[in-house]
Amino acid sequence: MLIKKAADIPSSEITPQSAYLNRRTFMRGAAAMGILGLGGDGISKLVAPRRTVAADSKLTTIPSPLSDKGATVTPFQDVTSYNNFYEFGVDKTDPMHNAGRMKTRPWTVTVDGLVKAKKTAGIDDLLKYRPLEERIYRHRCVEAWSMVIPWVGYSLSEFINWAEPLPSAKYIQFLTLEDTKTMPGLYQINLNWPYSEGLRMDEAMHPLTLLTFGMYGQVLPNQDGAPVRVVIPWKYGFKSAKSIVHVRFTAKQPHTAWNDEAPEEYGFYSNVNPDVDRTPWSQKTERRIGLPFWKATQPSQMFNGYGDQVAQLYAGMDLKKHF
Amino acid sequence: MLDGTAAAEAVTNSNPQTFAVEAPVMGPGRRPGGLRLTPQRLLSLLKVVVFLVCLLPLGLLVLHGFQNNLGPDPIVTITHGTGFATLRLLVITLAITPVRHLWARLSWLIRFRRMLGLFAFFYGCLHLLTYVWLFSGFHLSTMIADITKRRFIMVGFTAWILMFPLALTSTKWSIKKLGGKRWRALHRLIYISAICGVIHYWWIVKPGVRTPMKITVVLAVLLAARPAWALLQARRSAARASERA
Repeated sequence: MLIKKAADIPSSEITPQSAYLNRRTFMRGAAAMGILGLGGDGISKLVAPRRTVAADSKLTTIPSPLSDKGATVTPFQDVTSYNNFYEFGVDKTDPMHNAGRMKTRPWTVTVDGLVKAKKTAGIDDLLKYRPLEERIYRHRCVEAWSMVIPWVGYSLSEFINWAEPLPSAKYIQFLTLEDTKTMPGLYQINLNWPYSEGLRMDEAMHPLTLLTFGMYGQVLPNQDGAPVRVVIPWKYGFKSAKSIVHVRFTAKQPHTAWNDEAPEEYGFYSNVNPDVDRTPWSQKTERRIGLPFWKATQPSQMFNGYGDQVAQLYAGMDLKKHF
Repeated sequence: MLDGTAAAEAVTNSNPQTFAVEAPVMGPGRRPGGLRLTPQRLLSLLKVVVFLVCLLPLGLLVLHGFQNNLGPDPIVTITHGTGFATLRLLVITLAITPVRHLWARLSWLIRFRRMLGLFAFFYGCLHLLTYVWLFSGFHLSTMIADITKRRFIMVGFTAWILMFPLALTSTKWSIKKLGGKRWRALHRLIYISAICGVIHYWWIVKPGVRTPMKITVVLAVLLAARPAWALLQARRSAARASERA
């Protein structure tokens, strides 16, 4: 099912969480019983629920001219069951299984560093601060898979203007929640927790950079970075920090989690670049999630196809050196 | 003893059927066992079962493929499915000799080693096909660049190519032609192939991710078992020799 607009998802379609999580197990069982007449898609449409939505999690959005027009949006169940959120485990399905423990209320975002005055913002105030837009963005992971996701939020520049950084602030840093009580992954992989990411101020102020509160017309599921994250569509996905609790403005480039772990592979900029692969695998192609295996592989684009809008940020920079 | 000994010795004795399984005794005028489950028949039945079990990973991938149930990233599901099948079958194949050393009653396991080894090669071929077709789109120049530039592909390709001569010489005819000693020497390449396979796994996971640890430990134990056993045997015969003296 292709979800193109929030209106495509009727709120009457509420399914039990357990059925949603076990839909693939169900399908295997169904196949074992010999239900071969219907195609797999037919079975899933008939018996397996597509997603679970709580009635009060809908978000009202306005469309945005910055959305990708004509791209096929990735199925919601794929975007919520195929996640890299290592705080909840390193397998792709771990966040779906484990992130439910994370409490997203109450939630405050602390703003400090090179600002006029230290501030805190409650999540519900942030949600009301500016009209929420639906931004359909391409999302490209460094692992060479990609999705098309209808995010919900407003430009980070609005938040930055509210935060009032000093002129000396050249960078912005994001810190993710680090909660040993609800995040088993913190003990499974020894990344430099809490997860830290950062942007140059001009990258952060770019209209495309999205302070994100939702997707598919509803609040972010926990495994996708609830209740607030940032999305930078022309960079590899790990730059789009999830579940942000702390925003800091700095004069020097902040450390970032994957650069700490493997500086030869993960650079600060990490712009999508098919011609530069520091990872063991090639970045020339990507696998579009949700497509069958004979159709999934597609060529990757410089800046994930957002070059028209962002290339000028890097004019004169050697992108092989500043990867 | 070292791998292939049973087969090599059997060939030298010119009677490839005399592994450690009893043949039913047939007296004059007797029908061959009737409907009894003789050891020979049990073995044949077990071989069929093992064959089918070895086909399960492929069967599941094909079934899920038709159901459109290969997950959000089907190419990765196929890659992982075929890769893990290859590695695990290699490890199982390598486990047979240490098990036979520990428990002589399980000597008949040798009769499954060729099938398991060939299935490991089979899944290795499927894994390679996934790379050639789904990742490289059959572009030869891309693949050549990959093998020279990307170390995980180089070591993976090495692991596969080392299995190739082993698959070709898996028949009894080959053992006869090469002779037991040369055949055994050639088939020691499986150690290097398995090591290359595990390194391939380490070099593809993200830094900090330790998922290859389990199979690394298992393989290390199985490889260490061989010199450990040889050492033990050497000590025993030295002890026996000194007793006689």
